[in-house]
Order: sequence, then C-alpha cells, then structure tokens
Amino acid sequence: MSELLAVSDLRVRLDTASGPADALRGVGFTLAPGETLGLVGESGCGKSMTALAVMGLLPDGARTSGSIRFQGHELVGLADEAMCELRGNRIGMVFQEPMTALNPLHTVGRQIAEPLRQHRGISAQAARAEALRLLDRVHMPQAAQRLDAYPHQLSGGQRQRVMIAAALACGPDLLIADEPTTALDTTIQREILDLIAELVADSGMALLLISHNLDVMAQRVRRLLVMYGGSVVEDGPTERVFERRAHPYTRGLFGARPRLGAGSGQRLPTIPGRVPELADLPVGCPFADRCPWVVDACRDAPPAAMPVGPAHDARCIRLDAVT
Amino acid sequence: MTPLLQVEHLGKQYRLPRESLWHSAPVVQALHDVSFTLQAGRSLGIVGESGSGKSTLARLVMALESPSSGRVLMNGHDLHALPPPALREARAGFQMVFQDPYASLDPRQRVGRIVAEPLTTPDPQRVVEALDAVGLRAADADKYPHEFSGGQRQRIAIARALITRPKLIVADEPLSALDVSVQAQVLNLMQDLQQQFGIAYLFISHDLAVVEHLCDEIAVMQAGRIVEHGPTEHVLRAPAHACTRALLDAAPGSAVIL
Repeated sequence: MSELLAVSDLRVRLDTASGPADALRGVGFTLAPGETLGLVGESGCGKSMTALAVMGLLPDGARTSGSIRFQGHELVGLADEAMCELRGNRIGMVFQEPMTALNPLHTVGRQIAEPLRQHRGISAQAARAEALRLLDRVHMPQAAQRLDAYPHQLSGGQRQRVMIAAALACGPDLLIADEPTTALDTTIQREILDLIAELVADSGMALLLISHNLDVMAQRVRRLLVMYGGSVVEDGPTERVFERRAHPYTRGLFGARPRLGAGSGQRLPTIPGRVPELADLPVGCPFADRCPWVVDACRDAPPAAMPVGPAHDARCIRLDAVT
Repeated sequence: MTPLLQVEHLGKQYRLPRESLWHSAPVVQALHDVSFTLQAGRSLGIVGESGSGKSTLARLVMALESPSSGRVLMNGHDLHALPPPALREARAGFQMVFQDPYASLDPRQRVGRIVAEPLTTPDPQRVVEALDAVGLRAADADKYPHEFSGGQRQRIAIARALITRPKLIVADEPLSALDVSVQAQVLNLMQDLQQQFGIAYLFISHDLAVVEHLCDEIAVMQAGRIVEHGPTEHVLRAPAHACTRALLDAAPGSAVIL
C-alpha cells in the first residue's frame, strides 16, 4: 500500500432550493505519503466540497457515493465516532478564516491542546507543555505569553499560526489546508505558506492545498488538479500543467489573471459566460457552453480522462485542437 | 488647469476607548500628512498592507468622515468646508464601489431602485443607460440582487456609481471578492468605462498585478503615510522604499517565470 489517500469516482449530491445538485461528479485522485497536491478552481467548482468529503464534514442531507480510502480504510459511510478518531488526529485541517474557526471564548493554549486531550488523553499540564512546544514550532513570537491569550488579541497571521499548531498537535499524516491565506495580507500570506511548506518537509506529512490562486499553487505543490463544475478537468505535475494548459478551462483561467510585469493598457482575455449552476449542469462537458473549441459531441456525455503526457491527463475530447 | 482631486497634508486621528479613569484615551494616528493630486481621466492605485490607512484615505476622499488636519479639494473646492446642501450636490461628482458586492447591495430592493438611488429625481432612462454601460440588460432592473452572480453584482454596484456621471470613482478592493475569470471581466469593464466616460479612479488594492494593469500611478502606504509615489511602471521596476520591495517580493507569482 503506497497510497495515503485514494479517492475514486466520488460523487456528492446536495438538496438545494433549486432542486438536487451534483456538487461532485466523479472526482478521483491519489496522494502518496509526503506528497503535495493542489486543488485549484473558481467558487462552486467543488474543491472545498472535496476537502469536506475527505474530512467527513459534508452538510446534512448530502448523499455520497464512490470511495475515499485513507490508509486503507474506507471513509465513505464510516460511522461518526470512527471519523472523529481520524479527524484532528491522523488528518489535520486549516481553514480560511481563523477568526471564525477558533473559539473566541477559549485561550489559544486550550484550543491547541484540545486535540491532544481528545485523542491522546494526556493530562492538562502535559497538554499545556505540548501546546507551548507547538506554538514555538509554528514560530509564534513570545509563545509563552501567547498561550493564555484569546483569539481577538492576536493578528490574523498569528491566529492562522494557532490554527496550524492545533492541526499539527497529533502529528497528522495528512494536512488539509482550505484557502489558508486568502484572508491575510500578501506579506503574511507568504510567511504562512513558507511555514506550511517547512512543516510538510520536516514531518513528512502529505499536503492537500486548496486555493483559487494559481501563483500560490505554482510555488507550493508538486501536483495540480484543476476543477470545474464538480469534476477534475486536468490533473498533472504542476509545472507540466502550467506549461501545457491542456484543457480549454485551464487555458482560460491562466489567461485571465493579470500578471505582474505584463505592463498596463491591454485588455485581459476573459472566459465568456458564467460558471454553471450545480443544479443544472449540462449532461456533457460542464465547460461546453463557454468553450471556444466546442463541437456537438462535447454535449453528449461527460468526457473521459485523456492522456496528455506522463502522469498528466485532461477531460476533453478536443485535446488535439486546443493549442 | 485645476486638478480633479487634490489631497493636501491630510491627517486623521481616531480616539480609542479609555483604558482607565486616570489616563487620557489613547489616540491612533491613522493618516499622517498624505498629499497627492489626481488629474481627470487618470487612475491612481493605492497599495499597502491592512492597517496602512488605505481605507481611511478612501473614506476621507468620499467625505464620509472629516479629517483631523489637511484638506481634500475636488475641482478646487474644499470638500469638508462645503455646507451640507452643496456637499450633497457635489457628491454626484464622486462615487464609490465597495469590496463585497454581497454586502453592498440591499437584498430587499430591486436592481432598478438600487441603481437609481444616487439620483435626486427618478429617471428610468438613466437606469437603463447605466445598466447598459456595464453590460446588463434593461430587464435586469426588475430583479433582486440574489438572482445575480458575484461578478454581476459588482457590475450593478458599478452601474449605481456611474448613474450620476461622476468624474471620480473610488474603488476599495473591488475585485478581491471575485473569482479570477470574473475579475478579468470587471477589470476590462472598468478600463472601458474610463475610456468611454473619462472617469478617474482612486483604486485601492493589495494586488500589485491588478494595480499595474489599471493604474497610471501608484502610491505605496505604510503606517498612515505615503512612502513611495510615482508612475506605476517606474515604481514597480525600480522600487525605492523597503516597503514597496517587501510587497513586490511577497506578491505571489513574482518568483515564477512562466
């Protein structure tokens, strides 16, 4: 067993006001121990839904099918108690907004120690000592004084360090970071991403990084999955995806961002149309209505993954035409 | 020629709540001696970290707050010295677009009414023109904000700003709540409107790539002061201040060669 996490044909259906919506339509990927994988895409593409499914935190009423195997155990359909054993223990999580993810009424020391008390059953005193070590580990300035601070007394970057310390407490095998730096200043963003990279390299845990920011991905993950309309449209080594941009959506997404050093004045290329509603995704390729290379066959059935290169494929039937 | 906007030695202090009965209330100096001019039809980008005073500056330029020192001159008139009726009239000349199009539009009002709000007398024809200018249809005036996507909502907010035919639009992080492909659409729209109507932008952002794309000039703020100010190309190519260099280094993508 070389895989830490193996997701295959994952489908999630949600009940929404406008009818049942397929939030995930057959997502599959694998993650080896110590590997770094990025999920990139726009709002509603299913990247956060994928992370929530792995963590067993899908909204009530979500119907899941397919398979999520973590260290050989099947997580789809796993009982809540068994999932609680893994969550915060073998799988650590960092969310986007540290102010809402942390409890404002508890000291940060207590919140970092919580997973240790929960999963290891150690004494309050030992947990406090461990919390201090963890705060040091995430390079919190004046860690000893911060232990008794409340979240509102910390800056956004410091709060995110606390979140990371709590996620690391039990020495997880997988760290899931969902837009960990989106709410932070650019300079702080870089510090937090550097910290995550350092911890991943030192501890050998695997990283599943979710971001809408392509530039963050370019620097931080080995493999990149581009998601659109609930499916993975392109999957490959990060630098190959950046070079080749095999899928029309990848091409549109990469072209639309303003780039530093590109000068001013000229118009940015845009993707026509808008992201489809999950409740009424087309039968065929979800990108068909916005794609400049679309042909009739695109609308017939969801395209299968086509090989682009070594360990690199894309779900598009017109790969040869997309240049 | 009188510049459209002149900011002279602007300063703003905020008094915090008293911490103790025996001490005077602490004071935060949010802006220190900020000065610049913006000519009609040009665009100035304001960049800096959170807390550097960007949004305070925007609120003072919009006359939503009064400065502790200094003046804001719009077409040569001191905005904060105008009597209220004259200020109300002058407000037609400068409008604002906010960061979050989900929070800045009243969910209980129809789009037509939201867009018409800055007008003193209702004028359905102007609403249709404003919606048309941002690429929305006349029929959209009868819908509610929740029926639109984030990018379309930001278009509605821009239509509301355009309806008084302003000479200046202050935009505070107008793209940061939007997805990448939608950001590009709104950025192109702002560029088109500038060419079409000769609007000047005071564009506040933390994203240097976006500022480079839209703005002729850039001002870098740190701790309430402008620490560097010049033509965008010049400042980004040869940053003189340590703060500018730190922002450039931290910009994701600066290290990537594609």
